[in-house]
Formats: sequence, structure tokens, C-alpha cells
Amino acid sequence: MTATATTGTDVRLTGISKTYGSFTAVHPLDLSVPAGSFFALLGASGCGKTTTLRMIAGLEDPTTGTVELAGKDVSGLPPYKRPVNTVFQNYALFPHLDIYENVAFGLRRRGIKSVKKQVDEMLDLVQLGDLAHRKPQQLSGGQQQRVAVARALINHPQVLLLDEPLGALDLKLRRQMQLELKRIQTEVGITFIHVTHDQEEAMTMADTVAVMNAGRVEQLGAPADLYETPRTTFVANFLGTSNLLTADVLGTAGDDILLRVGDTKLTLPATRCTATARTGEKLLVGIRPEKITLTHADDAGTVADGRNSVRGRIAQSSFTGVSTQYLVDSPAGTGLCVYEQNIERDSRLVPGAEVVLHWNPGHSFGLDAAQNVEAGTDVEAEGAG
Amino acid sequence: MAPHSRVARALRRNLVVIAGLGTLAYLLLPNVIVTVFSFNKPNGRFNYAWQRFSTDAWTDPCGVADLCGSLSLSLWIALWATVGATVLGTLIAFALARHRFRGRSSVSTLIFLPMAMPEVVMAASLATLFLNMGVSFGFWTVLIAHITFCLSFVVTAVKARVMSMDPRLEQAAQDLYATPLQTFLKVTLPIAAPGIAAGALLSFALSFDDFIITNFNSGSTVTFPMYVWGSAQRGTPVQINVIGTAMFAVAVLCVLVAQLAGRRRKRS
Repeated sequence: MTATATTGTDVRLTGISKTYGSFTAVHPLDLSVPAGSFFALLGASGCGKTTTLRMIAGLEDPTTGTVELAGKDVSGLPPYKRPVNTVFQNYALFPHLDIYENVAFGLRRRGIKSVKKQVDEMLDLVQLGDLAHRKPQQLSGGQQQRVAVARALINHPQVLLLDEPLGALDLKLRRQMQLELKRIQTEVGITFIHVTHDQEEAMTMADTVAVMNAGRVEQLGAPADLYETPRTTFVANFLGTSNLLTADVLGTAGDDILLRVGDTKLTLPATRCTATARTGEKLLVGIRPEKITLTHADDAGTVADGRNSVRGRIAQSSFTGVSTQYLVDSPAGTGLCVYEQNIERDSRLVPGAEVVLHWNPGHSFGLDAAQNVEAGTDVEAEGAG
Repeated sequence: MAPHSRVARALRRNLVVIAGLGTLAYLLLPNVIVTVFSFNKPNGRFNYAWQRFSTDAWTDPCGVADLCGSLSLSLWIALWATVGATVLGTLIAFALARHRFRGRSSVSTLIFLPMAMPEVVMAASLATLFLNMGVSFGFWTVLIAHITFCLSFVVTAVKARVMSMDPRLEQAAQDLYATPLQTFLKVTLPIAAPGIAAGALLSFALSFDDFIITNFNSGSTVTFPMYVWGSAQRGTPVQINVIGTAMFAVAVLCVLVAQLAGRRRKRS
């Protein structure tokens, strides 16, 4: 099966866009997906990610632009002539056919007579061999999901498209299926393009994530790069949680940018800043909650030199098992979010306590201040794009 | 405990069952009468009073002049009306459910009118239409009239089924290399089949026992319901009961077979 893998296949979208009347679902978009990779299109509902996927499948005609598969322009081809297969949201299994015939459907349409060996192999791959003669409605959600994957993969598509494939499953099953899909992808080596609104799912499974917002790709990269170095406030807020502080640029010192938030001075390595920092102008400094350490104000002297530190008062704390989450009000900003691992809990860190928040400047990032600080925080995370 | 209170309690506990059996008896009593009187040997021309048991009518169902001729005519008309109404109705239903076109909503409403209109009004207006067009009454006018009133039932049944179908199923078929024709034959049609079958069965039943519309548009052609009506004026041969009982038995048999098949499918 790995024979069909990594043979240089590649999806290339060039200037592709989709408008419905006056509404632009997808702005002109260039995207290229390397062969054999697990690629995720991540975004909130209505961001255009599903439309993009459907244009690759041929189920939607792009308003402008072209779709290339393995270097061949397929823009004009109907879906049944494209070497791609889709795992639909809610699976779209044929209710009048049993599992075996559902999986065999694609082979039969291409005139292949002896399908038994391949169908059995594929059902084994998704561990459903013993359910071959059940009807889809007799299967659980997780099993139906695996049938949908098998039905698509049996055709050895150039690219497998997955449209919110885990959206209908409960949390525990979703975790399990994430690993399962990742295992299958590694085993068959086919390029997967996965559409999801779940940032954790995208980061867990994908090699490359494209974050979409309002019909545009905001940022594209490996999950760790997106998380550690977001380039827009939307990415910073949509992927995990970020504390964004509006700072005045005081100047530079060596490789560092000097900043001031309220009466607190901070530094930021220039390499961690994607915006141009001009003295006297504003800059957004972002820091992830788990990178901040909380120290009680009485021990302020123990904070190491070279760390950024901000004074504050704990407003709320909540225990979540692995960590404790604090909301801290400070002159630099209210409602700063801090996650502390529950290793050695300081019993003095309770609401009302005076604290010092401190972090390694290299763990923070700088963003252009001319953006909405709230972008991506309150987007509705449910449903399809 | 007093016996009458025990009876009252048993009654109360089984009220639903008793009411159900009572309703069934009410529904089936006419059929039982028809069946019983198919074994009667009446004195004179009217089969209204029980005389004595006989299987004469059963051994010679076509013994009465024109009866079997009218029966086979009715079956033929019902068959062709079913075919015509099902094909046309299915096409209309797909057009209404799937395509946006000018006048779609008015067609949707108008298609209901024949069901709502009093049958006698439709009968009279069809007769007027045929007369004005100079068409002579007979097999064809009856067939056309039957297709007309069966059509709305087929459209309603099929449209409901097509509307409730997930459009992603057809997209999935196309995604799995099915051409539009293959998609229709392998996915759309099988899924719409129960609706189409329901429409066809309704059409057959409606056409077979229609009297009013047929009476206005048949000229000298005599269908089975018209034959029964005509003979009721002059005397009712026992053979009518035989045909009625046989039809009922065939219908019950069909239902039983369908139920058994459904149960077996569920078990496997």
C-alpha cells in the first residue's frame, strides 16, 4: 500500500476563490500541500475551510483560480473524474447498502470486478472485518466513521479529503479516532487534507496547519511554530490562549526591544517580533499562560534577573487537575491568564494575594498593534466552516 | 373481593387491547360478510339473505356474463394507470424537490388540487373536456382520467422521500467515481424506492376501485366497479363476493410476505 505513497504528489491551489452573490466565502488563495503530508485547514465556522475542501473535490466550482493535483490541472473536471476521495461530515454512508458494498462502491464504479480481496483488506485496516454485512445505521458513530474512511481509502486516492470527520463523535472517542486516523495516514502514506474547527485536533494530527479566518489563510506552518510564534492576534487567540499586552516601544538594546506597559518595563528579543518596532509607537506583546510563573509578592526577590516581571493580584483561581488556572489583575492588564502545573503548590496563592508574574522574554512574542486584540477569542467553535 | 370489581379491574387494565380489537372488528366486519356470502346459494337474484352453504360460485367465478371481462379490464387500466402515474409523478417529484424553476411553488400547490377537489367535480370537468375535444369515451379516456388523479398521490409520496434525502449521499457517490447516471441508478433511485412503491400501490388501489370518475368518462366501457354497480340494480351474483374475497386475500398475502421479508432482513 505504501507503494502509492510519497511519489511527489502535491495539491496546488492557485488564486482560488469562491463568491456567492455578494458574499465572498473564500478570498483568492494560494496553497500548496506537499505529498504524503497530513495537512489541516483550521478555522471557525464560516471561515471558508469547507468550501476550499469542496473546491478540491470538485463539488464546488471555484469563481476564480485553478486546482492542480500532482501537477495536473483538474479545475474543469467533475468530481467523479478527480483522483481524490472525501470523508464527509456525518459520513454520508449509503443507507441502502451494507458495509461491504459501501466500501466496494468506488471500485465497482470504476468497473473492477473482483473486489473481495481489497474490501476485506480495507475492512481489516479499519478493524471492521466482522461487521461487513451490517447496514450503516446498525453501527455506532465511531464505526461509521471508520467505514467512511475505508470507503474513501480503498480507491488509493491521490489525496484524501476529510471534512470535520470527527465532529459528530464524543470527546473520548474523538481522541481515540485522532490517533487512529494518524496511524492510518502513516500506514498508507496518502496525503490527507483535514478540515476542522478544533485547534487541538489540528495540532495533534497535522504536520502542517493553515489557520483560516474570514475566507483568508492567516498563517500556515507546523503546529509548534504556529503556537509558539503566532503572527496575528487571531492565530494567537484561536490556537490556545494568549495574554496580549499593549506596550509602548522605548527603543532597542542590542538584540532586544525595550518596552513599557503602564509603569512596568519589559524586553522582547527582536527575533521574536514579526512586526516592525518603531520607537514611540505601540506593539502587542503576547505570552502564553503556561509560560508565566507566579511568585508570591513576599518572595519577589527570588525572581531571577533577565526575566520580565509584572506585579498583580490574583482575582480568581480554579483547580483543573493537571494544573491550576489563575486570573490575575495587574496594572499591565486585567484578567491575565496563568496556568501553573500542580507540582509544588504554594498555599499562599489564593484570590486576593499579591503576586509577581514573570517569564523568560524569549517565550513571549511581538505583534503589530494595529489589530483587534480580541480577534479569535470569542469565535464560535462549533459546526462546519 | 367482590367478583364484579375484579371484572372491572381486568377491563380497566386491558382497555387499550379491548378498544383495539373492537376497532379491528369494526373495520373487518364488512370483509367477513363478503367472504361468508361468497359461500351462499341464494334463492332468486339477490345475495342478501343466507340460504345454505355452497362452493358453486368459487368453482365457477366467471360463470356470470361479462364479470371476468370487466375484472380484467379494471386490472389492465389499474396497471397502466399505475405505470403512467408513477413514471410521470416521480419525474415531477424530483423536479419539484431538486430544481429551482419559475412557477415551482405554484406547481407544488396545484398538484394538490386534484386530491382536494370533490371527485364528482373532477369527473364532470374531465367529461366536458373530452366531449369538447371530440374524443370518444372508452379505455383511453378512462386511463387518462385515472392517471390524472393518481398523479398527485405519487408526487406527494415521492417528493416527501426525496426531500428527506441527504444531498451529501449523491455527492459522496460522485466523489466515488459514479457518473450522474450511475449516481441516479445506484443511489438516488434505491433510496427513493420506498416512496415510489408507496405511490404506485396507492395508484393501483385508487384506480382499481374508482367508480365516479370512471362512470363519467367510460362511455360503453364497463370496469369492475361499474359492473358491480350495474348488477346491483338487477340482482347480485355470488361471484362478485368471490372476486372481492379473492382480492382481499391477495392483499393480506402481500402484506404478510412484506412483513416476513422485513423481519428476516432485520434478523440478518
